[in-house]
Amino acid sequence: MSDYLILIISCIFVNNILLMQYLGNCPFLGVSKKMETATGMAMAVIFVLVMAGSITWIVDNLLLKPFDLEYLRTLTFIMVIASLVQFVEMFLRKSIPTLYAGLGIFLPLITTNCAVMGVCLINIMEEYSFIQALVASFAYAIGFGLALVLFAGLRERIVLARVPKPLQDTSIGLVTAGMLSLAFFAFKGMV
Amino acid sequence: MAKTAVQEFTKGLWAEIPPFRLVLGLCPVLAVTKTVENGVGMGVATTFVLVCSNVLISLLRNAIPKKVRIACFIAVIATFVTVVELLMQAFAYPLFLKLGIFIPLIVVNCIVLGRAEAFAAKNKVVPSLADGLGIGLGFTLSLGALGAIREILGSGMFYGKPVFGPSFEPFGFMVQAPGAFVCLGLMLCVMNMLGKK
Repeated sequence: MSDYLILIISCIFVNNILLMQYLGNCPFLGVSKKMETATGMAMAVIFVLVMAGSITWIVDNLLLKPFDLEYLRTLTFIMVIASLVQFVEMFLRKSIPTLYAGLGIFLPLITTNCAVMGVCLINIMEEYSFIQALVASFAYAIGFGLALVLFAGLRERIVLARVPKPLQDTSIGLVTAGMLSLAFFAFKGMV
Repeated sequence: MAKTAVQEFTKGLWAEIPPFRLVLGLCPVLAVTKTVENGVGMGVATTFVLVCSNVLISLLRNAIPKKVRIACFIAVIATFVTVVELLMQAFAYPLFLKLGIFIPLIVVNCIVLGRAEAFAAKNKVVPSLADGLGIGLGFTLSLGALGAIREILGSGMFYGKPVFGPSFEPFGFMVQAPGAFVCLGLMLCVMNMLGKK
């Protein structure tokens, strides 16, 4: 049990996917201007990442490894993720329209979110068991959501500040992300 | 035709230089630029994928149905990423180990898909080739520059060789994650100061 607790803490804080592993930075800067879109994106990522993490683990261990097809991993994973996202979108639109209204526009963006692909690959590289992979995917997704929502909060404040012209928009966003990353840096050495 | 191809090539070097003008594909930019060598290696790998996928997608642009085009583009890109992965394992294994997870992640680099969607799907082969080369070279230059700044300040070395005397105290912040964000942010600021017309 404590192993899983350590895994969760390390995935959320110590190895935070956005701020420590630099994955998924495009949506991080793209959708973080408003709190509303940031929460939407965070929820969509949590939803898809848990599914993608477990499905790619199954595909890798039951399909690619027994047949020595590891070199097809990149191709297979991206196809699994792309079709999964498409499927989730169709499923939500038909059966849970309220959730679809909330997540809808963020779902297609997730296909090219490197956090999703990255976590799937990390799960394989660390040779996690299925349960570990599932827990790690969930924890990484929570870490992503946490960092994204925190950052959106900061950016909403920055709008009110007077920023020098060349530094505006993305530039100050990156510097702020650096500061947030510095804060997460303090968790290093905890696990 | 020749003139337009040259224009497509040069726009990638300044007017639309990624990741500064097009804020896309930030993950590898931040992650692999601890040293110049890693940055340039990543840039070259991405350029290869970008050029090949641009050319192939441009050739296939009339054959790909509009509705499933994104999936087709991703399949093409993923194929070339696998090619790069295998080539690097064969000929540049130490670099492959250093770049690690970021080689397969070229497949989700928004620059590659972005160029396929915005340019190669609408243009002939020669301009697409030029566009891929230009954007790729611009990306490599940016990664190299960021890598140089971070390596020189963060470990006092350039391309693995010390540049300052032994009294230099490395600025460790620069090679860590926070330094990457701040450094890129400040570089973007400098680009804005120079480039605003």
